[in-house]
Order: sequence, then structure tokens, then C-alpha cells
Amino acid sequence: MADAHASPNYWMIWLYLFVLTVIEIAVIYMPLAKVIIVILLVGLACSKAALVAMYFMHLRFERLTLGIIALTPFILCVFLILMLFPDLA
Amino acid sequence: MSEVAAVMHASAEPAESPLTPESWGKLGMWVFLAGDAMSFGGLLVGYGLLRHASTNWPLPSHVLGISLTAFMTFLLICSSVTMVKGLEAVRNNQRSVAKTYLLLTALGGLGFLGLQAYEWTHLIHEGLKLWENPWGSSLFGTTFFMITGFHGMHVTGGVIYLLIMLSIVSRPSVALGHGWCYNVVEVAGLYWHFVDLIWIMVFTFIYLI
Repeated sequence: MADAHASPNYWMIWLYLFVLTVIEIAVIYMPLAKVIIVILLVGLACSKAALVAMYFMHLRFERLTLGIIALTPFILCVFLILMLFPDLA
Repeated sequence: MSEVAAVMHASAEPAESPLTPESWGKLGMWVFLAGDAMSFGGLLVGYGLLRHASTNWPLPSHVLGISLTAFMTFLLICSSVTMVKGLEAVRNNQRSVAKTYLLLTALGGLGFLGLQAYEWTHLIHEGLKLWENPWGSSLFGTTFFMITGFHGMHVTGGVIYLLIMLSIVSRPSVALGHGWCYNVVEVAGLYWHFVDLIWIMVFTFIYLI
């Protein structure tokens, strides 16, 4: 059973998500180049999404194949970006 | 399908889901969520494309209220925690604790929807419409209402889903612990966390960047 694992400390995950959100908001007011801000925000958002998927959705304690199913839309979106954005240039 | 074929099919079908031994429903929810994520992915990539191509796109943090939506983010994160705590209580046979947590989760969702309705009303009064935007490109209004609206519909569905789970857990005849009830609440939880995950993305791309 997948439930054999010990429950993660959900309040710690909550704290991480809270802190990352505060950092995200702080980042937009920092005097940095737009590109740096975008990279930081995307990185922070992906870390938050990963925390939610791994711990709240228990993906860390599931089989690898299920994780691959979950990752598919993300990969397809990256493809979509790579295929569409050259059209703008 | 003929009866014979149906019988043969039933015997060929494995009794246990290979990826999620607990239930087929859980696998079904994961596959649905992967598909649903692609809807949001398509919307967000389309948004990025339109914004990148536009010359008069307003800076979202200047025209949208970041502090209100930051609080909405906080609400959804909290409701995700109460969801996992509720599931834990179902597993530990604590019916009243599970009911309280599930109710808090649904209330978190309702609070989110209330604030979103307030935000939309405020922005509509300021002149932001589906087809126009007082601060520049009209597509800013289109993408804003489409994407936050699509997410809001998911939250609405989630609140109804959670209230149904609450009514199941409240029934004294339903056994808690490991079993059917735990499975259905876990699957509902997957949906709820997904809605939270999508909001993390929407908040970043629509409000912050």
C-alpha cells in the first residue's frame, strides 16, 4: 500500500508555500532586469507547484509512471511555447 | 458489445489498477487532471503569445490588486492544508475532525470565490471588460477574464465536490479508516490540490509577471 509511508509534515509544506509566495511578491518590486524577474518568478512558481504535487497530491509516494503522466502536460506546454514563439520574431 | 464479448472483456480486465493499487478512480482522476492541465496550459501559453506580440500591454501589477490576490493565494494554500488534514482524519477514524477540516476547505474555496467576485466587480466598474481595457490592449481584458474565469469555474466545481464529500463523511453508516470513503475523499483531494496548483501558475503569470 502506498499509505505505508509516514505522513509528511503538512504545516512545513504550508510554511514553504507561504514563504515562496512572499518572495514572489517581493521580487516584482526589486530593481532587477525584466528577464531576471521573469526567470525568478517562473522558477518560484514551478517550485511551489512541485511542492503541491509532490506532498499534497502525494506524487512523491506514488509509482514513477504516475509521475510521468502528471508531467506530460508540462512537457507539452514547453513544446507548444517552443513551436509558437518563433512565429512572433 | 455482445454478452459473450462483455464477459470475456471482464475476465481480461485486471482487478487492480497497475498504477494506483488503491483504486481505479484515482488513476482516472490523474488522467483527467493531466488533460485539464493541458487546457490551462493552452490558455496560459496563448496568453503569453498575445502579450509578447502586443505593444500596449499594461503591467498587471499596476492595474490589478496584488494584495487582494496574494490573500486569495494564501486562502487556497490554507485550504489545501485543511484538505490533507481532513483526509488524514478520515484515515484515523476521526469523523468530527474530518468533517471540520472538509468544511473549512469548502469555506476556503467559497471565500476565494467571494473575493474573486469582488475583484471582478471592482475591475468591471473601472472599465475592464471582456472586449476592452482602459489601460491598453483589449486582449488584456479578454485573457484576464477567460483565464481567471476558467479557474473560478474549477473552484466552484471543487466546492460542490467538497460539499458532497462532506455529506458522505457525515453519514454515520459510512465506515472511515482505510476503505471506500478514504479513496473517494483522496480523489476529491487530488482535484482540490490541482485547483490550488493551477492558481499558483495563474497568480504568477496573470498578476505578477
